[in-house]
Amino acid sequence: MTRTALQDGSGATTRPVLQMRGIGKRYGHVVALDGVDLDVNAGEVVALVGDNGAGKSTLVKAIAGTHRIDEGTVLVDGQPAELGSPAAATRLGIETVYQDLALCDNLDVVANLYLGREVRRSRTPFLNREEMERDAAAVIADLAAHLPRLDAPVAALSGGQRQAVAVSRAALWGSRIVLLDEPTAALGVAQTAMVYRLVRSLRERGLGVVVISHNMADVFAVADRICVLRLGRNAGTFLTSETTPDQVVAAITGSAEVGPRKDS
Amino acid sequence: MTTTSPAAATAPPSPDRDRGRAAVRAPHLTGPVLVLLGMAAVWGVFQLLNPHFLTARNLSNLVLQIGVLGTLSIGMVIVLVLGEIDLSVGAIAGVSAGVVALTIRDGHLPGLAAIGLALLIGCLIGLVHGTVITAFGIPSFIVTLAGLLVWQGVQLLVVGAGGEIAIRDPLVKAIASTYLPPAWGWALAGVGILAAAAVVGGNRRRRRRYGLAGASVRSGVTTLAVVAVVALGGAALLNSYFGVPWMLVILVVLLAAGTVLMRQTTFGQHVYAIGGNREAARRAGIGVRRTTIVVFVIVSALAALAGVLEASRQFSASSALGGGTLQLNAIAAAVIGGTSLFGGRGRIYQALLGALVVGSVQNGLDLLGQPAAIKNISTGVILVIAVVVDAIGRRRRLDRGAFD
Repeated sequence: MTRTALQDGSGATTRPVLQMRGIGKRYGHVVALDGVDLDVNAGEVVALVGDNGAGKSTLVKAIAGTHRIDEGTVLVDGQPAELGSPAAATRLGIETVYQDLALCDNLDVVANLYLGREVRRSRTPFLNREEMERDAAAVIADLAAHLPRLDAPVAALSGGQRQAVAVSRAALWGSRIVLLDEPTAALGVAQTAMVYRLVRSLRERGLGVVVISHNMADVFAVADRICVLRLGRNAGTFLTSETTPDQVVAAITGSAEVGPRKDS
Repeated sequence: MTTTSPAAATAPPSPDRDRGRAAVRAPHLTGPVLVLLGMAAVWGVFQLLNPHFLTARNLSNLVLQIGVLGTLSIGMVIVLVLGEIDLSVGAIAGVSAGVVALTIRDGHLPGLAAIGLALLIGCLIGLVHGTVITAFGIPSFIVTLAGLLVWQGVQLLVVGAGGEIAIRDPLVKAIASTYLPPAWGWALAGVGILAAAAVVGGNRRRRRRYGLAGASVRSGVTTLAVVAVVALGGAALLNSYFGVPWMLVILVVLLAAGTVLMRQTTFGQHVYAIGGNREAARRAGIGVRRTTIVVFVIVSALAALAGVLEASRQFSASSALGGGTLQLNAIAAAVIGGTSLFGGRGRIYQALLGALVVGSVQNGLDLLGQPAAIKNISTGVILVIAVVVDAIGRRRRLDRGAFD
């Protein structure tokens, strides 16, 4: 495994945590993905952009293990990997923050972080609430995710704080890759800024981060690299630092030169 | 705030934190306090109307009356927290009582064996309900409604043409009519207080060991004081009549076991998670089907136990046992206690609070010589008041907490 020094100021390395080659996926006779490549390095934020129906969701579902791919190869940390189920993806250290966040509103922050993965007191069916609270507090402090109280039911939190809970859960369990599906779709300005901060924290923890977004402002605020999909195929990869939004929009819409700006 | 010290995330006070605290603390406090205030009002009114209401004799009687309802309500709280419902618990109680009476009379089983058989049948009924619900994705409302009809029919078959089977087994008869000697009553109260102290102290010790901010000393002392007053006061009151009834011991044990199951185990945590967001629970890898089946086994087993207790009170199993309003009162009691019909929200002790309110109303109206009609109307009105008060309180809390 190659482990090289920092490439640029962003913290991204060239140590790949995820390499996808020639990914294909069909629903009946509809081709959703056709020969798609995707690389994510440790400590790098990759934005996955594209118009509706470009295959973003399908690709993310393939990484998360909820949809099986029909063709192509996947390497996780350089090893061939079978992402056949969500559990398999989880075992490989891949965590997904769904657009609906998948939180239990009636449970507190700690319980949501450990949902389905509760820590027990050794060999008993009893919860080890103290260990869970300690470790949850540590990860939340590490991400600088400001949450009022860990024993607050998630229903009492704001939209941004709920997003912070979901991201913290991904950071707690994800050892390699975190997928975020439209993380700012329902948020206001201040809360969006908070999510950007969380995403950067994930990157600083050395995770590979994949963000799906429709929003060019999001993409240019957090991403190191932008991967554009169009009609199920790769339509270009851009380094954020060397690209303008217009170039990315052009790749999304498929116009060769810079066309009229689409609503972004 | 970039330190990784565990206390750091909670330690620094900020306006944000205080707002969160107000929003969070409210639901813990207002729910039970409101129910207790309501119960105090009910007791006050009945005491004014009939000075016999708050006597040791009547309150002892009340404890016996709510034993069956409380047992059913504990199961109902668990199934409601899961986001499901069980409409068949009364009928299961009827089948269970019938099985006990029949196997003792015709099968010459000893009382204990008959009770064990009835509980086993209860578990099997729950297994059938849970399996049908999860295997075919049918709402529990429908499955247990069908169960209500089926098990009422089975109850009629078991009890037979006579409509009633008398029970002569000394053990079964003893359950609902035996009281602990006074010394045992005091000892039990002491054990309860010691257990509460152990829980409070153990929590503080564990939190310290993990470097977490402990709960305030005052809240621990308050908890212990409440437990001590209730335990010693209850023992004193009941000892001044016949003593602490076995029925109360059974109910307290069930409440304690249910609370530990729901609050301290992964199983209980999963029940709350499924009731809160079934899809999120499923995606988090929680065994939704398995948990659902186990919950229905528990609720049916508790219903079977309630049937045994009711048979013991009546010294017989009749075709009417478990029928009438008992089934609906079990749901009403859980909801009056503060358990949500929509899942994810509820505590085991709320079964006791709700059963106390429903039982007090019925007991008080009995003392006043009121007919069943008035009892049903009163229970219904109280149910609506409880739900309305809860809905208003919840909206206020959300207004305070969620707009941030």
